[in-house]
Amino acid sequence: MAKITYVSHDGTERTVEAKNGESVMEAAIKNSIPGIDADCGGACACATCHVYVDDAFMDKVGTQEEMEKSMLDFAENVKANSRLSCQIKISDALDGLRVTTPESQH
Amino acid sequence: MDLSGAEKIVIAGAGQAAAQAAQSLRQGGYAGELIIVGEEPALPYQRPPLSKAYMKGEMDEERLYFKPAAWYQDNKIEVLLGTTATRIDRAARQLHLQHGAVLDYDALILATGSRPRALPCKGADLANVHDLRTLADVERIRPQMVSGRRIVIIGAGYIGLEAAAVARTMGLDVTVLEMAPRVLARVTSPVMSEFFTTEHTAKGVKILTNTALSHLEGQDGAVSAAVLADGSSLPADLILAGIGILPNEELAKDAGIACSNGILTDRDGRTSDPHVFAAGDCASRPLVHYGRAGRLESVHNAIEQGKLVAAAILGAPRPAEDCPWFWSDQYDLKLQIAGLSTGYDTIALRGDPGERKFAAFYLRNGTLIAVDAVNSPPEFLASKKMIMTGARIAPEMLSDTSISMKEIAAKAAA
Ligand SMILES: Cc1cc2nc3c(=O)[nH]c(=O)nc-3n(C[C@H](O)[C@H](O)[C@H](O)COP(=O)(O)OP(=O)(O)OC[C@H]3O[C@@H](n4cnc5c(N)ncnc54)[C@H](O)[C@@H]3O)c2cc1C
Ligand code: FES
Repeated sequence: MAKITYVSHDGTERTVEAKNGESVMEAAIKNSIPGIDADCGGACACATCHVYVDDAFMDKVGTQEEMEKSMLDFAENVKANSRLSCQIKISDALDGLRVTTPESQH
Repeated sequence: MDLSGAEKIVIAGAGQAAAQAAQSLRQGGYAGELIIVGEEPALPYQRPPLSKAYMKGEMDEERLYFKPAAWYQDNKIEVLLGTTATRIDRAARQLHLQHGAVLDYDALILATGSRPRALPCKGADLANVHDLRTLADVERIRPQMVSGRRIVIIGAGYIGLEAAAVARTMGLDVTVLEMAPRVLARVTSPVMSEFFTTEHTAKGVKILTNTALSHLEGQDGAVSAAVLADGSSLPADLILAGIGILPNEELAKDAGIACSNGILTDRDGRTSDPHVFAAGDCASRPLVHYGRAGRLESVHNAIEQGKLVAAAILGAPRPAEDCPWFWSDQYDLKLQIAGLSTGYDTIALRGDPGERKFAAFYLRNGTLIAVDAVNSPPEFLASKKMIMTGARIAPEMLSDTSISMKEIAAKAAA
C-alpha cells in the first residue's frame, strides 16, 4: 500500500491509496484522476500517461527501460523527471509519492 | 439537430467505445440519465491483453477493467450487464431489450463492437475450437494452453500471431495456417510479413501460407485434427480461429439505419437517424486524413469515436481527430502502427530488421501515409504527427539514420 498524490498542472492535489503491484497509471485511472489518458491501457505504446515525478522520489521509482525512454524522448514538454506512469510499479517504498500531470497528453 | 437538452442517453454495448462515451459525457457535464446495456456479464474491459499478457497469465483480471464498479455508481451510470439489446423503435425512440424491457432515449449510442467471423467449415462446433474476442473465450482457452499440446491457429492476422507468440512461449506446439501467400497480408507490406514470419519461425512456430483449411475432425466430440484443402491432416488438441471480424450492425440495419460494412456515420458519429450515434468497431466513419469512409478495428478508434459522439450530443466543439494508430506485442517485439498504408506507392525502410529495430514508412505521391515501427517509438510518434499534417518527405531522408526523427519532423514541418 502506498499513498500517492497527483498534482494537476493547475495545482489541484488528489491523494489516493494505491495497491502494491499496480502502476501509478492504474491507480490514477481507478480513482478518476484527470490528466492521465492512458489510451493503450499500460502497454507502453501511447505515451498518454506522462507524469513528472517529485524529485525526492526519482531514485525510488526505478529506472526506465529502453522502450519507455525512447517513447518519452518524443513526448511533449519532457523534463528530467518525466516518466510514463504505466511503467512505475507501486510498492511500499513509494508511500508518499507525488507526481504532477502535464497540461495535456498530446 | 440539437441534442444538448438530452435527458436520457442509452448506450448499447459495453466495451471500449461505450466506456469512453460514458466517461466523456459525464466529464462534459451531462447530468441526465445514462444507461449502458451490455450482453457480456462483465463491466467494460480492455481486449488487447486477451491475446497478450492476460492470455499468458501475467495479468490479473481486475486490471482488464477500465473502471471499478464504484465508478459507475459514483457517476450515476446504470449498467445492465448480461442484457442484449434486441430492437430499436426509432419512431418511439425506444431501445428494446431481451425479456421485454424497454428503455426510452433522447440519444442512443450504438457501441456494439464486432464479432469473430465464424469458421465456415465442418467441425467448427467441436469442443476445443475457439474464438478469441471475449474474457469468456480466454477463460475457455487458457486451461488448454498446456506445454506440449498442439494448437493450430487459423489465420495469420495480428490476433492469430499474438496468440501464436503466447502459445509458443508457453511451450505449445504451434502451427499457423494462412490462406494468403504471406502473413498479415491484409494489413501490411511484404517486408513486415517477412520479418514476422522469420521471427515466429525462429521461435519454432510453423507457419503454412497458401494453405486453406478444409474441415476439422473430432474424436469423442473434441477436435483431433485440422484437415487441409490438399487432403493432408494436422493433428490438433485445440484450434484457435482468427479469420477476421464482422461489425455488429444488425440492430441499426433492422431499424432502417444506413449501413455498409458497418453503421455509417458522419464525422461526429451521427448515423442516418439524428438521434442515433455509433462508435467503435461497429461504425464506419469518414477517415479525414484519407478521403474515404472506413471501419477501424482499434482501441484508438473506439476511444476517439467515443469522445466525438459525446461531444456531438452535448453540442460541444468537436475534439481533434488524431491519425489512426494501433499496436501489437509479440514476444519482445513492440509493433506500433500509425496511419493506413493502403494505396502506398513507395516504401522507405529505416534501421535493420536483423537488429529487430526498424520501421517501414509508406508514401503515396511523396506524402507520408503510414508507418510500421518495430521497437522504434520515435519513428512511430514522429510519423503520427507528420501523417496528420500531410507531410511530404523524401524517402531517402526517412531511410537515413544519421538524421534523427526529430530533425526529419522539423524539416517536414518547415
Ligand atoms: C484479442 C484482441 C486483441 C486486440 N488487440 C488490440 C491491440 O493490441 N491494439 C488495438 O488498438 N486494438 C486491439 N484490439 C481491438 C480493440 O480491442 C477493439 O477495436 C475495441 O475493443 C473496439 O471497441 P468497441 O467498443 O467498438 O467494441 P468492444 O470492445 O468489442 O465492445 C462491444 C461490446 O458490445 C456488446 N454487444 C454487442 N451487441 C450487443 C447488443 N445487441 N446488446 C448489448 N451488448 C452488445 C459486446 O458483447 C461487447 O461487449 C484487439 C481486439 C481483440 C479481440
Ligand atoms: S498507458 Fe500507454 S504508454 Fe502508458
